[in-house]
Order: sequence, then C-alpha cells, then structure tokens
Amino acid sequence: MTTTTPPHAGLEPARSARGDTAFRAASFLCGLAVLAILGLIAVSMTQKALPALREEGFGFLTSSRWAPNEGEFGALAFVYGTMIISAIALVFAVPVSIGIALFLTEVAPRRLRKVVSYLIDLLAAIPSVVYGLWGVLVLAAVIVDAYDAVGRVLSPVPLLGRLFEGPANGRSLFTAGLILALMITPIITAITREIFDTVPPGQKEAALALGATRWEMIRGAVFPHSRSGMVGAVMLGLGRAMGETIAAALVIGSSPRISAQLFGPGDALPSVIAFQFGEASGTYRSALIALGVVLFAMTIVVNVFARLIVNRGQEARAA
Amino acid sequence: MIRPLFPFGRLLAVVATFALIAAGCGGDDDNPSTVGASDAAELPSATLNASGATFPQAFYEEVIASFKEDHPNVTVNYAGGGSGKGRQELQDGLVDFAGSDGLVKAEDVSKYKNGEFLYVPTVTAPITVSYNLPEVKDLKLDADTVAKIFQRQITTWDDAAIKALNPDAKLPSTAITVAHRSDGSGTTENFTKYLVKAAPSTWTLKSGSTVEWAADTQAGNGNNGVAAIVKGTVGAVGYVDLSDAKASSLQFATLKNAAGKFVAPSIDGTSAALDGATVNADLSYDPLNAAGEKAYPIAAPTWILVYKNQTDKAKAEAMKGFLTYLLNDGQELAKDVDYAPLPKALRDKALAQLDKIVIP
Repeated sequence: MTTTTPPHAGLEPARSARGDTAFRAASFLCGLAVLAILGLIAVSMTQKALPALREEGFGFLTSSRWAPNEGEFGALAFVYGTMIISAIALVFAVPVSIGIALFLTEVAPRRLRKVVSYLIDLLAAIPSVVYGLWGVLVLAAVIVDAYDAVGRVLSPVPLLGRLFEGPANGRSLFTAGLILALMITPIITAITREIFDTVPPGQKEAALALGATRWEMIRGAVFPHSRSGMVGAVMLGLGRAMGETIAAALVIGSSPRISAQLFGPGDALPSVIAFQFGEASGTYRSALIALGVVLFAMTIVVNVFARLIVNRGQEARAA
Repeated sequence: MIRPLFPFGRLLAVVATFALIAAGCGGDDDNPSTVGASDAAELPSATLNASGATFPQAFYEEVIASFKEDHPNVTVNYAGGGSGKGRQELQDGLVDFAGSDGLVKAEDVSKYKNGEFLYVPTVTAPITVSYNLPEVKDLKLDADTVAKIFQRQITTWDDAAIKALNPDAKLPSTAITVAHRSDGSGTTENFTKYLVKAAPSTWTLKSGSTVEWAADTQAGNGNNGVAAIVKGTVGAVGYVDLSDAKASSLQFATLKNAAGKFVAPSIDGTSAALDGATVNADLSYDPLNAAGEKAYPIAAPTWILVYKNQTDKAKAEAMKGFLTYLLNDGQELAKDVDYAPLPKALRDKALAQLDKIVIP
C-alpha cells in the first residue's frame, strides 16, 4: 500500500490470471447465493404453509371467506384487493411520473431540475409508516367528502357507476391505492428520468431540425427509444405497490371481501399477514405464511413478465 | 420477523425498554451488586427474554423498570408482538416466558418443546364499550344489544332496544358506526368471548382474535386506532381497553352484568369480576360475565406462561424472582396504568404456582 509498485507489476501473467480466477469464482458464488437464498425462502415458506394448504386444498385460492376463528381460510379476497390497489396506484402514478420525468429532462431549466429531482428523491426516503399514518389520520378523514361527491356524480353512469357507488369510507381500496401511488411515484420517476437521459441528443436534434414541435419530438424520438425502459420502471413500481405493507394496511379498511366498490374497505395480502401474524398460531399461522407464498408467486410472475417485455423491446430495436 | 406497529401510547414504554437493554449491556458482569436493593433476596445475574400479549405490556414494562432498580443484575426484555407470537416462541423454546391473553389449545399442548408449562395469572383490565354521542351522558347497554349493534342488526341510536334500556335519555337518530380492530387481537378475542357467553342466541360471529365483521364497519389498528375512530366519528361505537379509552377521553357505556345490575368499567368492577370467577386447578379462569353485583362483565384475563422444568439454574432463579416480584410489589403498580390487581386469593394461588417451577 505504501510502496509504489512499478507500473508493469500488475501485468505479470501469473498474478493477473490468479486474480481473475479468484474474482470469477467469488462473483459466481455471489450470483449463486442470490438464487440459493431465493430457493431456500421459497422452500421453507412452502413447507410452513403446507398444513394450511393441505387442509384447504384448492379452496385456499378460490374461496374468499377468511374466518380464522372458524378454520376457514380463503385468499381470493386478498389477492383481489392486492391487484385492485396496485392497479389504482399505477393509474395515478404512471402518467404523473412520466410527466415529471419529461419535465425534468426536456422542459425544466437546469437549476430547477436539480432541486425538483432532489425533492422527488426525498419523497422516496420517507418511511412507509409515515405515509400510512398520514393517510389514516389526515387523508382518510378529509377525502370522504370528495368520495361522496364523485359517487353522486358518477354512480348513475351504467357499468362505470358500479365502481363509485355505495357508502364512501375513508379507509378504502381507493385511499390505499392513492397512498401507494404517492409511494411509487419517486421510483418510476427516477428510473424513467434516467432512461430519457439516455436518448441520443442527435436523434432529438434531428427531429427538431425536421420541424417537429417539442411534443412531436418527444413522441417520435424519446418514447420509441425508451419504451422498454419505461415498462421496466412501471413494473418495478408495481412490484413495490404489491408488496407494500404498513402504509396500505393502515388505510385499506381491513375487510376481506370482493366488491367492485372502490370507495369501500378491502384487504391486501401483505396487510393481512402483518396485522394478524402476532395473534396467530397453528393452522391460522400456517395460512398466513401461505398468503406469503401467494404474494411471492405473484411478484415473481410480475417480474418475469416485465423481463419478457423489456427483452422483446430490446430485440425489436436491435432488429 | 414482522412486528405490528407499537401503539403510540406505549412508545414511552418502548423507549424505556431500549434504555433498559442498553443498561443491561453494561451490568451483565459477574458481581451481583445489590446497591439500592433493600430487602430483596440476591438473584443470580441473568437476562430473561420474553414476548407475547401486548394487552398487559404497559403493566409489564412498569414492573420490569421497577424490578430493575432492586435487581440491577437481572435484565428482563418483554418484546410484545401478540399472544400468538408469545405462545409460538415459548413452544419453540425461543423465549424464557411468554405473555398470553388466551389459553393454549388442547391439541397444541403436546407441541411444547420443554414439556409441561404453568399458567401464572398476572393482572386484568376492563374492556369498555366506548361511544361518541355528545348529548348522551350515561348510556346503558346489555349483552344482547351490544351483540346486535356490533352485528349491524341495530343501526341507529334511537332503536327501540336501546330506548328500552335508556328510557330517560334523549337518543338521537344518528346512524351507528361500528369500530373494531384491524389487527388480530386478544382484546377482540375477549370481547367476542364475552358476547358468546352473555348473548349466545344473538351473537353468531363466534369468538377469536379476528372475526368476520360486516363490511360496513370501520377497522382501526390497535386499541388507540379504534379509539381514534370513535373519537372522530359522531355516532361511533367500539371496544377499547380502559386505559386507551381514558387517554382519548371517550365516554363508555355501563353494561348490565350477570346479576342484572348496570356497572361502569372500572378497576374495582374488574376486581369484583375476578372475585366472582371460578378458578380452575391450573389457574386458568374466565372472568367474563362473572357473577357478583359489582362485577363489570368484560374483564380480560392475561397470563404468563413458563415451563415447569427449567434447564438453566441462574435463569430459573432470576425468573422465579421476577415473577414473585410481579405478584407482590408489582401488583401495586397496576392501578397507575389502569390495570386491576389480582384479588388476594388468586394472588396466593399464583404464588403457590411459582413454587411448582423445578429449578435444576
């Protein structure tokens, strides 16, 4: 460390070969460790979930009745709730995030850009319990009136109205979706911003030189180049929304039911696990772990799906 | 490990625990100095780990802090987390003792790693039926009406059933909002057990730490979460333990007990319920809907579970010392944190129970 080595020392064939081998082995082990950990988690969780799965059979996935005190365990309502709140979160977060990212990369002056980026990153650093408490103490109380108003206007509309009818509740699927939207916005924004930055300036300038307006340039040069990256960003956001626990648990209303009413209470997989684990034992405990297995499977499916889309996009561009 | 949120009111207690853990790190050496201990017998240095029911946690933290002053060489960590967690961890041998609001199911008894275990009753506390009706000062309810309210069969406050119990009150036509726990809870378990026992023909949801509440009810996290809904909604009603109901300055209903008298939730009413309860040989007992004119009907029991055959001498002696302290000097701290101390007869039985612990 202190003695200065001659510049050619690192180039000695014997030493560098040994270093390479060691490095390859070490990095291979690290890579393998990820797979091993994932596999072990899957195996041990499934093992602990087996008593409940054996008792309930296929009904665990097809029943929506969750009555632990009567030995009835059906996960369907929670799967439904998880999907609905994630979907609501994406509907709100994706356009806003892409808008912010475009503003930062294409519109904002350099100085403003730094400040806004910093603030958005700060949003990602807020612990989820803080979002949850804000949601339950502030948002849930205030937003009921807005729900009532929206319900009055939209519930007569056929089909669509079904989503907004019924008694409005501050602790509902919709509130949980909104909180999640707030939480995943920084992630989607940060990634799409990076992706928009990688669009070659030459292509953008070419579009502008052909007489394209700024919007036409974005549509013609920025989006096609970033499509797969944007999908990846959205899927990462979705992954976070699906697994988010405390923030959603506090505002979702904790009622295991399948209902089209977005302003009514529901429940999601991670919320149930977090809230009921402490008092659970025996088959009940095993059923909660089985919910974890279901969530695990759902996130894997989402990630594989995202990977496929990203890969296909890259192949299409390469062709 | 997933842990539920700490109720805010107990944050102080949590901070105190951390402070204790920190203090324990320095005091674990092998000179059992008993500076400040007056009449306390010397205990071997030991660290006791426990987890379980959150319902009595505020009381246990209080006792642990005061015990630590007398026995600085013994550190007790009570981690909370829920009765189910405590029982599971005792079963697996991960903790030295566990707190539990409920009894161990018969089919689980054989799964306990170190064999036979003992129930040590520690303290009890009333669960209130708290409501938010600014105009109505002294609401009277009976078990059937409470059951109907919480099952949404009674949905307005001027319902005939409520009027019949409160002929003099000016009951508004406000809609009833039912608030219950969103997390699995021993409080829910005891409240529903009371309804099963006192209103068997009306209550159909059975009992448990989580039951199937109607969809048009509101769920709050922890006792203070339910208290917050009741506090914030005119017409709301929920079941909340006494200390949280008091902390949120809620009004609570007086309930008709088994003797037909209306009793307000209080420490004395709870002690009276314990006097009227039948105690089994293993010291399990059920103070819900107990006999006695002064007994408040929803008194929630709680126990500490310990293995009968201990394996570590120092730990076993320290644990026996701690539990003895909890049942003697500790009982005096109960009222300060809104828990009811055990009546003398039950306390003597609990102390006798401790003598069954086999120290190697």
